[in-house]
Amino acid sequence: METANNTIQVTFMVNSVSKTIDVYPMARLLDVLREQLLLTGTKEGCGEGECGACTVLIDGRIVNSCLVPIGQINGAQITTIEGIASDDQLHAVQQAFIDCGGAQCGICTPGMVLAAVNLLERYPNPTETDIRNGLAGNLCRCTGCMKIFESVVRACKNK
Amino acid sequence: MRAYIPDYQLTTPTTLAETLALLASEPGLWKPFAGGTDLMVLLETGKLSHRNYVNIWHLDELRGIDSTLQHVTVGALTTYTDVQANTILRDEFPMLCQAASETGGLAIQNRGTLGGNIVNASPAADSPPAFLAYDAEIELTSAQGSRWLPYQGFHMGYKQMNMRADELLTRIRLTRSKQALKHYYRKVGTRKAQAISKVCFAATARASGHKIDEIRIALGSVAPIPLRCVRTEGVLRGQVVDQSLIETGKSELAREIVPIDDIRSTKDYRLRISENLLGDFLSSIAATS
Repeated sequence: METANNTIQVTFMVNSVSKTIDVYPMARLLDVLREQLLLTGTKEGCGEGECGACTVLIDGRIVNSCLVPIGQINGAQITTIEGIASDDQLHAVQQAFIDCGGAQCGICTPGMVLAAVNLLERYPNPTETDIRNGLAGNLCRCTGCMKIFESVVRACKNK
Repeated sequence: MRAYIPDYQLTTPTTLAETLALLASEPGLWKPFAGGTDLMVLLETGKLSHRNYVNIWHLDELRGIDSTLQHVTVGALTTYTDVQANTILRDEFPMLCQAASETGGLAIQNRGTLGGNIVNASPAADSPPAFLAYDAEIELTSAQGSRWLPYQGFHMGYKQMNMRADELLTRIRLTRSKQALKHYYRKVGTRKAQAISKVCFAATARASGHKIDEIRIALGSVAPIPLRCVRTEGVLRGQVVDQSLIETGKSELAREIVPIDDIRSTKDYRLRISENLLGDFLSSIAATS
């Protein structure tokens, strides 16, 4: 539905909660999450689909939220980092990142956790290649990536 | 500088027919918007000059992979992820799956589409060389109807395509080979994931012993368009692979491609790599036949 000032009404689910907002259709999903819905767990890194910091799940698939216009989101189910833990219980991936030092400065962490959660949904027992491919679109400049790799292996054992 | 978002329109017609009617209403005013993995990068950097887009992402009839005895037909909105999951494509058109797996990372592969990769018309795109080496055909659809044309020749110059403003790329058709083909695909980039190609090389061949019966060669990032190298194919077809033929092929390829220096690589490196990849491909024909 288009409104007078070129905004449109978009209805979608975020972390299992229905949201209806008026928004310019080319607004980035990343900006809508952070600025309109105040879900600031999703980070902006490069803003051009290179780094994966803004990774969220749309209908169960990981995407770069900086590359998705909100006009394509009507009816979609979005999962952000805020929707990964259940109540006070961290997801096994989050706990493993803490235990293995997989999170350092924290900018890549939300996207890295979502990519890892999605990886383990697709490959419950991933090979080393599966892990490397699953996280290849998420860049980390602190850990050297090995601690993140170890976190994913730990999460498989603990889940 | 970032774009001013209220300046942009992204309208979502319900059906393909409505989409085609909109494209025809004032040709050139509206442009299709699929997975957005190229257009949104331009938006963020303030370089997206066109303002009015028609969203086609939800048009499921433009998705999916169908096969007959002769052909495999791929919907234009099929994503790189969908391509890699398809058994027939993996078995018979492995270069397409390899191109899909080496484009961006998983998050890009979940959104980027094959149709978008073609009509974005980047000479550095990874799937066009594979489509050219498989001699693909493409379907363009407008409110007046559909037409099929060979993909080779579709790109006429940098970002110039043989299609009208009221047409939408809807399907891509691949002919299934009854005979065993040699497939050779190599993307050369700075790193395995996310990198844009310095050179992308795709080739198929059918050989009897060391004699090349049929050969198709296409390269990306070495010309203003994804380039089918028909002159190089011409000096190789019907010939027996030996060191002399490899050198002849390399020399012809060096005359046929027009690489440049840019942010990702240099003319000299691209030329050397292209020649070496052709040499490696031809050597592999000799080794396996």
